[in-house]
Formats: sequence, structure tokens, C-alpha cells
Amino acid sequence: MFPKPIEKSSRTWQLGYQALLPTVMLLWLAPLLAVALFSIRPDSDFLVGNYWGWPSSFEMTKNYGMVFGSAMPRYIMNSFLITIPTVIGAVALSCMTGFALGVYKFRGNLLIFFMFIAGNFVPFQILMVPVRDLTLDIGLYNTKTGLVLFHIAFQTGFCTLFMRNFIKALPHELIEAARVEGIAEWRIFWFVVLPLMKPAIAALSVLIFTFIWNDYFWAIVLTQGENAQPVTAGITSFNAQFRAMYHLMSAGSIVAALPPVLMFFLMQKHFIAGLTLGAVK
Amino acid sequence: MNTTLVKQNWYKRNEIAITPWLFLVPGLIMFAIYVVFPIFQSFRISLFKWDGLGSLATHGEYIGMANYEKLLTRDRSFNISLWNNLKWLVFYLASIPAGLFIALFLNQTVRGIRLYKSLFFFPFVISQIVVGLVFTWFYDPQYGLFNGIIGFVGFKPLNVLGDPTLSTYGVIAAGLWPQTAYCMILYLTGLNSLDPEQTEAARLDGAKGIRMLWHVILPQLRPATFIAFVVTVIGSLRSFDLISIMTNGGPFGSSRVLSFYMFEKSLSEYGFKMGYGAAIAVILFLIMMVFIGYFLWRMYQDEKATNG
Repeated sequence: MFPKPIEKSSRTWQLGYQALLPTVMLLWLAPLLAVALFSIRPDSDFLVGNYWGWPSSFEMTKNYGMVFGSAMPRYIMNSFLITIPTVIGAVALSCMTGFALGVYKFRGNLLIFFMFIAGNFVPFQILMVPVRDLTLDIGLYNTKTGLVLFHIAFQTGFCTLFMRNFIKALPHELIEAARVEGIAEWRIFWFVVLPLMKPAIAALSVLIFTFIWNDYFWAIVLTQGENAQPVTAGITSFNAQFRAMYHLMSAGSIVAALPPVLMFFLMQKHFIAGLTLGAVK
Repeated sequence: MNTTLVKQNWYKRNEIAITPWLFLVPGLIMFAIYVVFPIFQSFRISLFKWDGLGSLATHGEYIGMANYEKLLTRDRSFNISLWNNLKWLVFYLASIPAGLFIALFLNQTVRGIRLYKSLFFFPFVISQIVVGLVFTWFYDPQYGLFNGIIGFVGFKPLNVLGDPTLSTYGVIAAGLWPQTAYCMILYLTGLNSLDPEQTEAARLDGAKGIRMLWHVILPQLRPATFIAFVVTVIGSLRSFDLISIMTNGGPFGSSRVLSFYMFEKSLSEYGFKMGYGAAIAVILFLIMMVFIGYFLWRMYQDEKATNG
């Protein structure tokens, strides 16, 4: 283990470390804690310049009540309606592409695989004008469906990278054994490989959920207004509405950030497995 | 009846050759429509003068390389954006050593360390929009925490985001926060899988501290470093959300980068110059392709090593 385990060092350093941990953590999260503090202050604190002192009263219910009374719930609902279908679609497609690229040897296998990886890394701007045009042409501009279709397609690149590497690492003998038994290939996928992919599916789902929830660029390129925009884009309108009302803007930001945070804390292990692209084991 | 039998046999005989393509088709079609073709279309659009209304063929005016010529010779904003991209690229890389440093700090087994690790990772999970808002308030010249701190140390208040010489650095610093968290988690995972025998053997040989880190630990962390490098470079060139939220490219266009400038040219109140925007996107794409090419080459080497 590196660095040297703290238990093996001197007593003073052990105590020092225990004290250092919370201190560094508080510094690291200071900008966020500031916002959390803002979000429970009353309006009047800002008027008298009490930004950093003790709040004169705690207005958590009132501030967050205001947020939920605005268009925010609408935007959050939109975010869910965009994020969940995307997760399902991208994971489903990439289970299949990952299976094809991870199990079979054929000409062009690596080429297709690299095309998915390269596509996943390109700048969004090179796609922006044509994708916006396409979405307008098929009548899906400013709809959640338009956004979902694009997200599914684009995320398939990253998901394929992940799934293919995962499947490639599975013991190939299982598939060989099934073939010897004369089982059809699609049944091998469904009954042999898919059940083994559960951890990969979990990891990708959590990760894609966070990516899509946090997307801002495509939200402003492909949608506008309350009926389709997700919360990342909605929060800017929210902030325009409550300009300079920092207690409300802070509360709004926290509400907008919450779902992926919860997702992360509930599914931490899977999340981290996904982030390391399965490459750092 | 005879033909169906033949058909079935034909499928049966070629099952292993056909199946992968059947599985690939849905993903490939989606990817082709939304990712591969648009790249080529953007190349084509960049040769036109087009305001995005009507179709390119009927309403666009073919002008050859004129967009590129203007960008590269007569557009000062383009130069500033490109220069800022370079700043992003260089300073964003600081998140790799910073992430390693925090990972080393947290790689212990004391009580509650798991919670600490998650809390340090926190900034990466929240959206860049929220990070941007948080840091805009953090820098606020009047009541921001940042000026509170530097005022406490005895400096005059700074309007970081309102100062053309500082704005880009202010935004990059905000970006470093989540990116460092990302690199940290990559290194924590890497540190977890160190080979204990190598480390102990080196320890017996008297290696410790920086020398140990450099000669024994870092070589083992190479896969983590590679991924950290990939995601950081791509992330730096993709920066958009933070700029859009924190400075909107300003003041006076001083914090634009290519991705933001492209958006501004083609889809904002500054007009709908789709052709010009596409040309900017193509240049950004070509810059990124250099890195993507390098990553793919590295992965290809790995593939060859594992397969043959």
C-alpha cells in the first residue's frame, strides 16, 4: 500500500491526519457549502449585507417552497423524461454492439469499434448544425423525443466502448460450450452473455444518467421553453426570473443538482466502475 | 418447402458470420445518422455562406475556402478563442497531478474514509451549470467568498470574471474543481490495485517518499494516468457550459473558446452564420482529431499486445 498506512506512523501524525481530513474536506467543498448556506437564508440577510454571518432566521421551507412553486418541477420532470429513455436506449443498443464486437472475429471489427470510440470524443460543435437541421426536418425540434434520439445515438459510442471491453473479458469458454450444445447465437446472447453483463449494465446506467442529466449544450441547441427543456437549461430561465435573489437561485441550483447526487451515493460502486471505463481494475 | 429448407441451411451455415452484423445494425444506423454523417455534412456546410434558413442547396452560396481564409487571417475573435483553447488545454492538465495528490492523501484506511472519498468526488457529480453558478457567486466582487478570503489576507478585491485578463483563468479554475475530482477517483482506483509485493520489495530496498512514488508507484499507475490524460484533454477542448454560464464569453469576448465562439456565430443573437460556424467547428474537430488519433493508436497497440 502506498502511501504508508497511517496506523504505522507516529501518534502525532495519526492525530494530525485525523484533524486534517475534515479541514481539507471543508475547504474543498467551501463553494458548495456557501451555496447551501445561501439557500436557507432569508431575503433580508442579503439586503443588510449579512452574507457570511449566522443567518438571522432559517427559511429553508420558504425558499425551497418557492422553488417548487415555480416552473422548476416542470423542468425536473422533463429531465427525467429525457434521461430515463436515453439510459434504456443507449444501454440496450450497446449491449448488442458490445456483444457483436466483443464475441465475434470478423473483418472490420476493430475498425467499427474505433469508429465508435472516435465518435464519442468528437467536439459537439461539429455535429451541431446538421443535427439541429435533421431534428427540425423530422419535426422533433423542441421535443423531448428529439433530444432523446440524439442522446441515445451519441452515447452509444461510449457505451459500446465500455460493453465491448467488458464482454471481451468474459470467459470465452462459456460461449464455446453453448455453441457445442448447438444453441442459436441470439440465444447465447440472451441466456449466456446478458445475465453476466448485469454489473456493466448497472455501471453504465448510473453513469449515463448523470451525463444526460447534466447535459446543457444539446438542451439549448435542440429545445427551448418549459415544455421540453431539462433542468440544466431551465435553471437559467429560473435565474433570470429571480435575478439577484440569491437565496432562491441557490435553492434552485441545489434542487437541480440533487438527482444525480442521490444516484451517485446510492450506486457509488457501480458509478466508479463506469468512470474508470473498466480499464483501471 | 424446399427453398425454406435451403434458406434455413444457408442461415445456419452462415450464422456466426451474420449474427454480429444483425446485432450491430441498430447501433450503427443511429450512430451513422446522428454522428458520422453530420461530421461530413459540417465539412460541406463550412464551404458555404448560409444563414440556416431553407436548404443548403437552394439558399446557401458556395464560397469555397473563403470562411477558412477569413478565420485564419482576419478574425481577431478567432485568434483569441484559439489562444484560450490552448490555455484551457495547458492549465486543465493541472487536474492530473492535483488529483493524484488528493488520491495519495485519501488512500488510507481510517474510519469514515469512504465517506470522505465520496465527498471529495462530489464536484464531479453535479452539473457544470451548477458548478458555474457556484463559482460565479464565489468570485462575486461584492460578497463572494473569494474576495472575502483575499481581503482577509490583505489583498484588494478582484473582479475576476469582469476582468478581460483574468476571466479565462477564473473559468478554468472552476473547471479544475470537478476535473480534479475525476482524476482523483481514477488514481484512487489505480492505487487500490497496486502490486503489494513490488511496493514492499522497494520499501525493503529503502525506497520511500517522492523517489518511491516516481520509480515504483507511478509506473504501476500508468493506465490510470492515460485515462486521466484522455478525459482531461477532451474535457478541456469541450469546455462550453462553464463559459456560457459564468462569463457568456465576455468581457469583450475575452473568455471565448472555439466551441463557444462557434455556437455564438451560428445560433445566438449575433446571427445565424452557419457556414462560418461550421468552419470553426471543423478546425476544432481537426485539433481534437490529433489527440483522438493518438488515443486510438495507443489503444491499437494495447489490442495488438493482448491478442497476438
